[in-house]
Amino acid sequence: MLTYLAKRLAALLPTLLIASFIVFIFIHLIPGDPIYVLLGDQATPEQVEALRREMGLDQPILVQYALWLGRVVQGDFGTSIFFDAPVLSVILDGAETSVLLASITMVWIVVFGVPIGIISATRQGTWVDQFFSGGAMFFASVPTFWLGLYLILVFAAGLGWMPSSGYPSIFEEGGLANLRYLVLPSLALAAPNAALIVRLTRASMLDVAREDYVRTALAKGISPNRVVLKHVFRNALLAVVSAFGFTFVALVSEAVVTETVFSLPGIGRLVVQSILRRDYPVIQGVMLVIVMLYLCINLLVDLAYRWLDPRVRLT
Amino acid sequence: MRSTLVFWLKPFLARRISLFGLCVLAVIVLAALFAPWIAPYDPLSYDPIARLSPPGPEHLFGTDHYGRDTFSRVVYGARLALMIGLGVVGVALTFGVPIGIVSALFPRVGLVLMRGVDVLMAFPALLLALGLIVILGRGIENAILAVGVVYLTTTVRIVYGVSLKLREEVFVEAAVSLGAGALRIIFRHILPNLVSPLLVQASFVFAFAQLQAASLDFLGLGAPPEIPSWGNALSESRIYITRAPWLLIFPGMMIVLTAFSLNLVGDALRDRLDPRFRDTFASGKKG
Repeated sequence: MLTYLAKRLAALLPTLLIASFIVFIFIHLIPGDPIYVLLGDQATPEQVEALRREMGLDQPILVQYALWLGRVVQGDFGTSIFFDAPVLSVILDGAETSVLLASITMVWIVVFGVPIGIISATRQGTWVDQFFSGGAMFFASVPTFWLGLYLILVFAAGLGWMPSSGYPSIFEEGGLANLRYLVLPSLALAAPNAALIVRLTRASMLDVAREDYVRTALAKGISPNRVVLKHVFRNALLAVVSAFGFTFVALVSEAVVTETVFSLPGIGRLVVQSILRRDYPVIQGVMLVIVMLYLCINLLVDLAYRWLDPRVRLT
Repeated sequence: MRSTLVFWLKPFLARRISLFGLCVLAVIVLAALFAPWIAPYDPLSYDPIARLSPPGPEHLFGTDHYGRDTFSRVVYGARLALMIGLGVVGVALTFGVPIGIVSALFPRVGLVLMRGVDVLMAFPALLLALGLIVILGRGIENAILAVGVVYLTTTVRIVYGVSLKLREEVFVEAAVSLGAGALRIIFRHILPNLVSPLLVQASFVFAFAQLQAASLDFLGLGAPPEIPSWGNALSESRIYITRAPWLLIFPGMMIVLTAFSLNLVGDALRDRLDPRFRDTFASGKKG
């Protein structure tokens, strides 16, 4: 296991280097002098001179990249123009909201997506299956922001069951009850992703159901429910688990929109606001954090895969 | 000719709901083509007296906060939806197909190119699109380009996968031993076999492009605000939704219907074309 982990980490390194290079070059591709892109128009000559030296702008681009990477590794992601604070701390300020939102969303996705997929697959071709499959395709076609606005209209403005926007920290007044601010956003965010998981679970269940060992199990007289649970689902789960890296990326994408709709103080809204404020160092920092998270999650998915599938574990 | 028509229509006839998808798409295309004749009002003209009036005989879908006719704006929005869809599919195919084929046929180049594609896939779609918008600036063309790059990656993956399999086929081997060059192999043997999977991919990309472009519009980073796109309509009327819910319902429903129909069509095509699904299709319902 440890050698495998080491191997995987080594394979990750080139991807991480290329991805970070893309994030690095982003600042240089924005029209204008990178110095002013990073410092804003109000920069003093002293600041400009200091940053020019720090970035090594008179050096070849790869040297500049190495210098930048060196600073990033030490946790220095640059300085936000708008907040006049380290980018990393600006991102961490939004982390609570985003992490909680993503976690609650993941709970919805697993609780709704996987069981509905199983039910659909075991009732293939019946009206139950058609209802759920059709519903899944419908929700996969709904823009998150539209669903969010709709939920606000019905459950916040109309029925008044839930707050419509904002999110006070659970560490402030209100405590865990503040989580109710995340109910509607997480539902809006979960819907399209749960829909994809329904489709995926259904498809991989049906794939596995064709395997010889399923027929053997049924022929042996094991009850169909047990076969579905022990043989089909266990194996179908592999495909679902390996899709979670992809789900994470989709989630981040849609969280940008969802946080904007519900005015949540998270990282997604930070990105949108930073674009409008031309606060490019923050955008760069968020990209870097997201890509690293994605690679970590994919690594975890691989490890979970080995744990779930003994066949892979042995090789 | 007749038999090919039947071949393509069969999956749509077998499942009524896919036929529904096809019809919705036809209506949207017609709306886009004949927008000036269908729309009762100029989508851009202001009518301060009629602002925020509910749906009725005067204004079928009501009016927005400037008194602009929502129905007319929705009809004109179909033009932008088609433009975005075609543009994004165009970008994804023009760059995705050559990169995929070259990567499959020339493994050394492929190693580098595919690694690059893998890295791009590590960026969330909307974040990547937003980053490109920051570099390119706001506008319809740039939105198309930005969303196109996002779906370029999935297209390359598919083309690469299919081309790798085709390369090992006996008919390609035979062509190579007969002295066929790389270009002949690509145009005679690889490209024709890519048409089916790419058609399926194109319909899904078209659907997702709608959602991504609408998101960009909603964030105020897509089509310029004066353009009557469905995303812009939702973005502008956002603060009026409690007073005028029709502003939320109609443009949003159009986005959902378009994406839903394209997904239905894509699914039906895949059932028809993917040999794995075709078997299940022929042998009845049980797998």
